[in-house]
Amino acid sequence: MKKLSARRRHPLAAVVVLLLALAATGGLYAAFAPADKAQAEETAQSLAIDEGKKLYSVGCSSCHGTGGQGGSDGPSLVGVGSAAVDFQVSTGRMPAQQPGAQVPKKKAIYSQAEIDQLSAYIASLGAGPVTPTEKQYNPEGADIGKGGELFRNNCAQCHNFTGQGGALTHGKYAPNLADVSPKHIYEAMQTGPQNMPSFPDTTMPEQQKRDIIGYLQSVNSEKADNPGGLTLGGLGPVSEGLFAWIFGLGALIGVAVWVAARTAKARKS
Amino acid sequence: MSTEETKTAPAADSGRKAPAGERVADWADGRLGIYGLAKANMRKIFPDHWSFMLGEICLYSFIIIILTGVYLTLFFHPSMNEVEYHGSYIPMQGQLVSEAFNSTMHISFDVRGGLLIRQIHHWAALIFVAAMLVHMMRVFFTGAFRKPREVNWVFGFLLLVLGMFTGFTGYSLPDDLLSGTGVRFMQGAILSVPVVGTYLSMFLFGGEFPGGDFVARFYSIHILLLPGIMLGLLVAHLILVFYHKHTQFAGPGKTNKNVVGMPLLPVYMAKAGGFFFLVFGVIAVVAAVASINPIWAIGPYRPDMVGTGAQPDWYMGFSEGLIRVMPGWEINLWGHTLVLGVFIPLIIFPLVLVSIAVYPFIESWVTGDKREHHILDRPRNAPTRTAFGVAWLTWYFVLLVGGGNDIWATHFNLSINAITWFVRIAFFVAPVLAFVATKRICLGLQRRDKDKVLHGRESGIIKRLPHGEFIEVHEPLSQEDLHTLTAHEQYEPVAIGATTDENGVERKVSASQKLRAKLSEGYYGEDNQIPKPTADEYKEITSGHGHH
Repeated sequence: MKKLSARRRHPLAAVVVLLLALAATGGLYAAFAPADKAQAEETAQSLAIDEGKKLYSVGCSSCHGTGGQGGSDGPSLVGVGSAAVDFQVSTGRMPAQQPGAQVPKKKAIYSQAEIDQLSAYIASLGAGPVTPTEKQYNPEGADIGKGGELFRNNCAQCHNFTGQGGALTHGKYAPNLADVSPKHIYEAMQTGPQNMPSFPDTTMPEQQKRDIIGYLQSVNSEKADNPGGLTLGGLGPVSEGLFAWIFGLGALIGVAVWVAARTAKARKS
Repeated sequence: MSTEETKTAPAADSGRKAPAGERVADWADGRLGIYGLAKANMRKIFPDHWSFMLGEICLYSFIIIILTGVYLTLFFHPSMNEVEYHGSYIPMQGQLVSEAFNSTMHISFDVRGGLLIRQIHHWAALIFVAAMLVHMMRVFFTGAFRKPREVNWVFGFLLLVLGMFTGFTGYSLPDDLLSGTGVRFMQGAILSVPVVGTYLSMFLFGGEFPGGDFVARFYSIHILLLPGIMLGLLVAHLILVFYHKHTQFAGPGKTNKNVVGMPLLPVYMAKAGGFFFLVFGVIAVVAAVASINPIWAIGPYRPDMVGTGAQPDWYMGFSEGLIRVMPGWEINLWGHTLVLGVFIPLIIFPLVLVSIAVYPFIESWVTGDKREHHILDRPRNAPTRTAFGVAWLTWYFVLLVGGGNDIWATHFNLSINAITWFVRIAFFVAPVLAFVATKRICLGLQRRDKDKVLHGRESGIIKRLPHGEFIEVHEPLSQEDLHTLTAHEQYEPVAIGATTDENGVERKVSASQKLRAKLSEGYYGEDNQIPKPTADEYKEITSGHGHH
């Protein structure tokens, strides 16, 4: 200590102290900087939740309650997860237009950014299915044959053999799945919207969901090829019967009238 | 014509060799006696009317079904052994399917022309049964079923019923999910029969459903048993048409004893031959344009799977409707269940069909008419019959609505429960309403005919009389039109007469006699038909000057 004390008035002492101070500051900065970054992310998340909460208060709270606890007009949203919000709001089903047997699909009124904020808020209320990433629902490389079998086993009862939709009780219905985006199909299976049962990963793993999406794209989308010609709605014998009566028998009766009208006339000579 | 005949005649007379065609015909005549047959039948006359060609549509579509069906049998394997699918349809790759399904997929994707032939076969079947129903309605509404054609009516009816079941067994053959559901439906109906139901089901399926037998069994029924019976009935039907000669609508020169029209050869041969190709063409176009029973989309049958919108082909749709709208009643007694919810529809199913089949016999009993009828009725001139027919069609259509209640619900945004209740009520009410409305319309049309006969046709010319009144000039009808509009006969209601004689002794009248008199009154009594104008009325009205 004496040595150090003796040199404290050395002309270079100030330089050494300055260097030490700089090193300490830099070291401290380096040590604390990541913590600062983490705090910034948390702020962004809480910002999204805050924004989502504002959107929620305006657009959703009248039915689902001010804190998402549900009410007489809408179910509790605690634990439904961001996937449910993304599905309901980006297919336009929510916010609902009017009460009825079932809330129909319509034009989405929130932007994707707003939907993400809403999702963040609802997700903050309780853990639930998370909005899937593209890797999860992309049907590329799916086993279409397996998907068809799974579809017939789990979905066709309500959605028809190729997902053309079907009737449920009291005006409810399973919608047509033609050209529904893979993300929405995935989310619907994950969350079970409205009358649909949910198929969580424990009962239907990700790969099987992808197979089903792949199957649907191959039989009920713009890309689907119909080797037999017009599918007549893919509804089966009812539309086929109607077609046979109107265009089959109708045309034949027309032909019969035409043939009968052209009768051989006795030639006068 | 006559000049052409004289031109060819000398060839036979002169020592010159006869043309090849004539020699072939001579050879055949010496062995088959075709000259006599040809002479009797070639000049057979058929009347001209488009509705008389409905039966031809049935005949030709039946021929088309047989032709395409034979092609399909060349490639179809009626077996329920399980195989893995490895054909050209990608979304089905690697699935376990029955051989029946596999071979149908093979026909659809790997056999040349297979899919088109399959679709022609199936579309022709739908059109065949539809044409039979329309043909039957034509016969019904024109009264063509009256003596001597009652037996032929029954033959035609049997053809319709057999056609329905042939269609049903054929629809079940590919062993796809849709048809498998239909077979399951039928098995359920069989099971609902008290006492023998389970035995019948075990017998038909060779054990528990679905077993491994039903495709092979349905196959023999579909390609051999039912079509064989149908072919026999069809020939009998046509022979009777020839034997009875064709009916015709009333008109000048047309009587109950003649047939006015064109000869079979050459006119009808050409027309019918051409019409066959037109029918084939229309069906081929329909089959080329529209898909039917796309089993690749529907998938193979597995008893643990089902799809919504599972319906039978349209001709079985009314049975589906009966089941769908029937409340699920059941009675449990001593450990046995009587499933009324299925058994009652199973009983009503044949009754719906039989109710129209027995009508000719009911009508002939009511009228007591034993004469032959070769002149057709216009539907309006038999209001009660027409009303019965429309009521039956309404009944049938209501059941079809019930059979497709889910499709109605999704496509018209309705509640399926509301549709079901509508059908339950309409099943009883709609035929009655249709009956009343049709009868009123028929009577209205009869009144209009009477008006036309007596006062002439509205000419559209408005005349102003000297005192300022406007009248429309009515043009009198031609003699031909007058005849056509007044040619129909009108029955008098059957009267029971006095039930007591002059001494006050009561005469016994059986209940059936009373019923008959009551029905007859309903058919032909006052206000149930409009008395047709008489010549006296006509003279009286037309003798007046210029009044209307």
